[in-house]
Amino acid sequence: MSVLGENRWEGSLEELKGLVSDRALSGETMVLNMGPHHPSTHGVLRLMLELDGENIVSCVPDIGYLHTGIEKSMETQRYEQAITMTDRMDYLNPLGNNLVYNLAIEKLIDLDVPPRAQYVRVILAELTRINNHLVWLATQALDIGAMSVFLYCFREREKLMDMFEMLSGQRMMSTYFRPGGLWRDITPEFEPAVRDFLDYFPAKIDDYEKLLTNNPLWLDRTQGIGFISADDAIALGCSGPTLRGSGVNWDIRKAIPYSSYEHFDFEVPIGRHGDVYDRYIIRVEEMRQSLRIIRQALDLLPGGPFRSNNRKYVPPPRSELGRSMEAVIHHFKLWTEGFYPPKGEVYVRIEGPRGELGCFLVSDGSPRPWRVHFRTPSFAHLSVLPHMAKDHLIADLVAIIGSIDVGLGDCDR
Amino acid sequence: MTDLNPVEALRAAFPNAIEDVQEFRGDVTVVVSAGQIVNVCRYCRDTKGLEYNVLSDVAGVDYYPQEPRFGVVYYLYSMLHNHWLRLKVYLPGDDPVVPSVTPVYPAANWREREAYDMLGIEFADHPDLRRILMPEGWDGHPLRKDYPIGYETVQFSFNFDEVNKYKPYAKE
Repeated sequence: MSVLGENRWEGSLEELKGLVSDRALSGETMVLNMGPHHPSTHGVLRLMLELDGENIVSCVPDIGYLHTGIEKSMETQRYEQAITMTDRMDYLNPLGNNLVYNLAIEKLIDLDVPPRAQYVRVILAELTRINNHLVWLATQALDIGAMSVFLYCFREREKLMDMFEMLSGQRMMSTYFRPGGLWRDITPEFEPAVRDFLDYFPAKIDDYEKLLTNNPLWLDRTQGIGFISADDAIALGCSGPTLRGSGVNWDIRKAIPYSSYEHFDFEVPIGRHGDVYDRYIIRVEEMRQSLRIIRQALDLLPGGPFRSNNRKYVPPPRSELGRSMEAVIHHFKLWTEGFYPPKGEVYVRIEGPRGELGCFLVSDGSPRPWRVHFRTPSFAHLSVLPHMAKDHLIADLVAIIGSIDVGLGDCDR
Repeated sequence: MTDLNPVEALRAAFPNAIEDVQEFRGDVTVVVSAGQIVNVCRYCRDTKGLEYNVLSDVAGVDYYPQEPRFGVVYYLYSMLHNHWLRLKVYLPGDDPVVPSVTPVYPAANWREREAYDMLGIEFADHPDLRRILMPEGWDGHPLRKDYPIGYETVQFSFNFDEVNKYKPYAKE
């Protein structure tokens, strides 16, 4: 549609009916557009706010600015090729997205994953959780006005990025998990790097807490803000730290353990007040618990193969190609055609850093997925934003958006 | 596991609405006739012994060219019993309408809007059925199988002028 042409869009009050109250139509309250290029919206999120003075009467999120059609594009790729797209969905949780998609494929074809691969997956999933929470803490503090925390968090995040680079050659878009295991075994320098980080990082978490936890400005801006009750949080589909902040003890790692999470001993922090502050406390505590899990996984890391030996789905090691005709055939088949999973529909969910991350996979028996659908936590939580933001001051809105940890790439896919 | 067997309880409560029960890799799917989905959801949520209090996802699937063409899958979860249940509805290709489960599970609101936007499945009595990811004036529903995945023709020297004709930028 051309802006100046005959089909010019003419905004009318009719279109606002049903979205804002009648008071806005008469001009008593003001309708304000926030975003899509607002720095506190963590991507491109547009909010239509109806304001009575400084109070938010209603808030209508408008998403889709980062919609890239990943679900549609994945239907045109083979199962293995499509893994790269899951990285790009959510740039803060690439390995978590890899994990849920690979778990879905493995459930579909009933593929075994060796224990070593499962443990490495847990280590990386938890490092990714720390990575996500660090960026979350940095940006949340920045939104509320604490600049220095931002710099400290990004300093530590850099160490995590280095570790991802050691394994996959990529800082963010690692594509390290493959159906049946890992792309390759962990490199020798990875374990010492993680152990260094385990020793170094707890003191840094204490530093962040010193800056924020008892800071009167931080308390004023976060306590009692963005309240959601446990019943509402369940009914509206919250998960992860947002749900646990309201006092619901539900963590998928405990409820239905996947990838050998049942072998590790860790606590699930629970909040009481359901406000921004409790969600902050939970995320900080989750970073400590993640360190505990990583330490246990490193100590118990089993030897053995790093990916399944099922050659119909998993490529043979490079060393076999020169010796075995079968290996060459399998290699050739997998790289030219891909594999043929059975027909069926599976759904797998994991505890992502932001909440429940689900992958729904429909197979028609061909090497390309018939339908892939991701149940992403950001999408679920943004739909709860109007409920949380109601009757708050407009200045508190950025704190609330931050506290539900939205990533718009994750939301729009 | 729930106190009641969900499949048996649903069969007893809705003898005419349960069309099929499938099992794949340990997941039980109950196929429900479209008109009864709201009642079935309400029963699953409120019955003592089932208590599926969470709707975790709603996903639409296009089975083109099969008929019935569309499927809508509902994932229910019971926190009390730590149990999942899949409900599924099949819809005809020419008129895919299913009642919205928003009155039972408010969480369905945006997920149904997404299925509407991406697949053109209508959810009757939905409070706010607008497009959610695509722009308002968009034509078609991208995740349908008969919707082409768009691309731009690569411009080489031999077809430069031909492709240039259709390029949207301003020409002299």
